[in-house]
Amino acid sequence: MRTGAQIIWESLVREGITTVFGYPGGAILPAYDALLDYPIRHVLVRHEQGATHMADGYARASGGVGVAVATSGPGATNMVTGIATAMLDSSPILCITGQVGSKLIGSDAFQETDVTGVTLPITKHNYLVTHVEDIAPTIHEALYVARSGRPGPVLVDITKDAQQASTDLLLELTDVKLPGYRPELCASKAEYERAVDLINSAKRPVIFAGHGVLLSGAMGLVRELAERSNIPIAMTLLGIGSVPAQHPLNMGMMGMHGESWVNQAIQEADLLLALGMRFDDRVTGNLKTYAPNARKIHVDIDPAEFNKNVKVDVALAGDLSVVLEKLLPLVEAGDRSTWLETIRAMKGGVAVRDIQNLADNGHLYAAHVINDIWRITEGKAIVVTDVGQHQMWEAQYYHHQEPRSLITSGGLGTMGFALPAAIGAKLAKPDAEVWVVAGDGGFQMTMAELATIAQEQIKINVAIINNGYLGMVRQWQEFFYERRYAATPLLSPDFAKLAECFGLKGAHVDTRADVVPTVEAARADERTVVIDFKVEQEDTVYPMVPAGANLDEMIRRPSPAPIVETARDK
Amino acid sequence: MRHTFAIYVEDKPGVLNRVASLFRRRAFNIESLAVGHTETPGVSRMTILVESDTHGASRLEANLYKLVNVLRVHDITSESSVFRELAMVKVSTDTAEIRAHVMQLVDVFRARVVDVSPDSVIIETTGTEAKIDGLLTVLKPYGLLEMVRTGRVGMVRGPRSVMVEPSEPRPKRSTPTDDEDVSYSV
Repeated sequence: MRTGAQIIWESLVREGITTVFGYPGGAILPAYDALLDYPIRHVLVRHEQGATHMADGYARASGGVGVAVATSGPGATNMVTGIATAMLDSSPILCITGQVGSKLIGSDAFQETDVTGVTLPITKHNYLVTHVEDIAPTIHEALYVARSGRPGPVLVDITKDAQQASTDLLLELTDVKLPGYRPELCASKAEYERAVDLINSAKRPVIFAGHGVLLSGAMGLVRELAERSNIPIAMTLLGIGSVPAQHPLNMGMMGMHGESWVNQAIQEADLLLALGMRFDDRVTGNLKTYAPNARKIHVDIDPAEFNKNVKVDVALAGDLSVVLEKLLPLVEAGDRSTWLETIRAMKGGVAVRDIQNLADNGHLYAAHVINDIWRITEGKAIVVTDVGQHQMWEAQYYHHQEPRSLITSGGLGTMGFALPAAIGAKLAKPDAEVWVVAGDGGFQMTMAELATIAQEQIKINVAIINNGYLGMVRQWQEFFYERRYAATPLLSPDFAKLAECFGLKGAHVDTRADVVPTVEAARADERTVVIDFKVEQEDTVYPMVPAGANLDEMIRRPSPAPIVETARDK
Repeated sequence: MRHTFAIYVEDKPGVLNRVASLFRRRAFNIESLAVGHTETPGVSRMTILVESDTHGASRLEANLYKLVNVLRVHDITSESSVFRELAMVKVSTDTAEIRAHVMQLVDVFRARVVDVSPDSVIIETTGTEAKIDGLLTVLKPYGLLEMVRTGRVGMVRGPRSVMVEPSEPRPKRSTPTDDEDVSYSV
C-alpha cells in the first residue's frame, strides 16, 4: 500500500527527477511529509514565482523538465507568472499544486482557488486529480505532454484527500494513451520538394534560427545546411546560442534591437527559411512591409504557428531535426558570395562605430560591463538575464558560443526572471559558471531568492546593471513620450550591503577600470557575489525598430559617437 | 463568413471549458454551441458556429488540435451537410381565436404544439435557422413569452463518417468515504 503522497515522489523519481523547487503549505503537506523518504533535492524558495522560474531555468539549461511544487490558493496563484513565462517560451515545466479536499472543492474553503481554471490558458495542459489511483498515470502523462512536441508547462493539481488516501495499485509505467494528442506531424513529400526548389533557386536567402533549434537539438544540422549552401543565419533572441556567435555565416540577432545589417538583409532577402521560430512582432516590425521580396519557408513543430503572423509559401510541420535530415540531402551546395558580400557591405563601419570600441571616457556603460564579462568568461558562461535594456545589451555584447548558454524570458518579458532562473540553471549544470545579468528594477522583484542561494549554498555571480531607471521604459519615454519620465526613476538599496545581509558577498563598480578586477574576484570567490555596476543613467539601446515600424526603419545610434555628447555630467 | 465546426472531444470534465476558453483566448465569438454524446462511448461532439474569415477558421482549427482532449476537428462549412436546430417557443394565446391562428401557423411550418395552457401554448420546431427565424417572425405579433434554441447541429451528407477512437475507460477507483475529517480545508 502506498499513499498518494508517496506515489507523487515515486512517480517523479522513476522519471529521473532529482530536484524540485517548492514551498510547503496546508494542502500539499501530506506530499511534503512523504518527501523526506525520497532521494529528491528540494529547494525551498522564497516565493512560488521563484519556484516556477527556477524550474524553467533548470529546464532550459538541462533540456529536461523542471519541477515546481506549491500549495493550494495563494501558493498556486503565485506560480501564474512563471507558468505564463514558460508557456510563451515553450519551456517544459511540471507544476504540482496541492488542492483542498475533493469534498470541499467549490465551497470557497480556506486557501481554495480554481487553479486548473486559472491556469487553463497559460498551460499546455493541466489536470485536477481527486483520486489516489489517478496520481501516477497523471504525473507520467503530464511529464510526457510537457516535454513532447512543442514543450510547455503542465500543471497537476492534487487534492489533499487524494494525497492522503492509499492504494495497492501497482505503479506500472504504461504507455500514455492520448488519442487527441499529436506531438509531431509529418509534412508531405510535395512540400519538401517545394521547399528544396525554393532553397536551391534562392539568390539572397536567410536562415532564421529560433528557439526550436535548441529544443530540437538541431544545432549541427542547421550549421550543415548553412555551410553547404552558404546561407547566412539570423537568430531570434531565444535562438541565440544555437549557432556559435563567431561562426562566419552567423549575422547576429534580428528584430527590434537586432543588428542593423541583419534587419536590412531580411528586408532584401528573396527567401526566408524560418527554423523553429514564430515571427513574433518583436522580430517582424510592420507585417505589411516585412521582407517584401522574400518567399517564406516555415519549419515548426506546432502547425498553429503557420500563417499566424506572416503568410508563408511552404510550411513544413515536424520536429526540426527530422525535417532537416530529410531536407539536407536534397539541398544543393551553393555559392552565394555576392549576397554575402552585400551583407558585409551593409555591415560596413557599423561595428567600428560601436560603443564597445569607444575609448574609456570616464563613464561606465552597460555594454562595457557585459562585453568585459564575455571576454573574461571566454564566452563560456551560462548567462541568465532579466528583462529590459540590459537584456538587449547582453544579447548584443555577450557573444554566445554554446547552445543553452543564454537563458532569458523572451515571449512574456518577465521582469524578476533572472535570479531564480539562474538558481535553476546552476542546479541543472552544477559545473557551469552561471552569471545573472539583471537591471536594478527587475532584480528587486525577486531578490528575496538571495536567501534561497544562501540556504542552498549556491555559487553564481550577479551583475546588476544599475542605471537608476526602469531603463527600457525610460527609453520608450525618451523616444515616444517627450522624455516625460513617469514612474521610471528608481531608488534602490545598496545591493552590495544587501548581499552581505544574506551572507553573500557584495561589490560596487562605477568605473570601467574596476570592471575586470571585480569580475575576476567574483569568479574566484566561493560565495555568490552580487556586483552593483553603477552605469550611465540615460543610456539607450541601439538600434531600435519602433513598435509597428518597418524592420529597416531603425532608430540608429546618432553618429559619430553621440553617447559621449548625451552623457549628462561630461 | 460563418463557419461550422464539428469537434470531437474526449468526454471528460472541463473539456467544454477548454474549448470555449480557446475561442475567447483567440478573440473569436461563439455564435452557437451544441454538445452531446456520439455513437462512440467516451466521445462527445460539439457543433460550434463562429463568425470568421477563412484564415481565422484555419487558425482556430490548428489551435483546437493543440488541445490535448480534442480528437478531431472538422470544418464542415463548405461540405454538403444537413444543419438543424431545435427551438421551443411559448406564445401568448389569450383567446380561442388567437389560439386557432397560432395553430394554423404551426401547421404551415410543420412545427408541433407540445403544451397548451389557458393563456399560452408551447411550440416545438426543428429545422434550419432560417425556418425557425421565419416561424418566429410570424408568431411575434401574438406575443412571444419565452423562447429557447439549441443552436445548430450538423452532419455531412453521404456514407462517410468521421471515425474516432474511443477514449480509455477510467481505471478502478476508491470511493471517498464520508468521514468527518474532510469538513475543513488544510
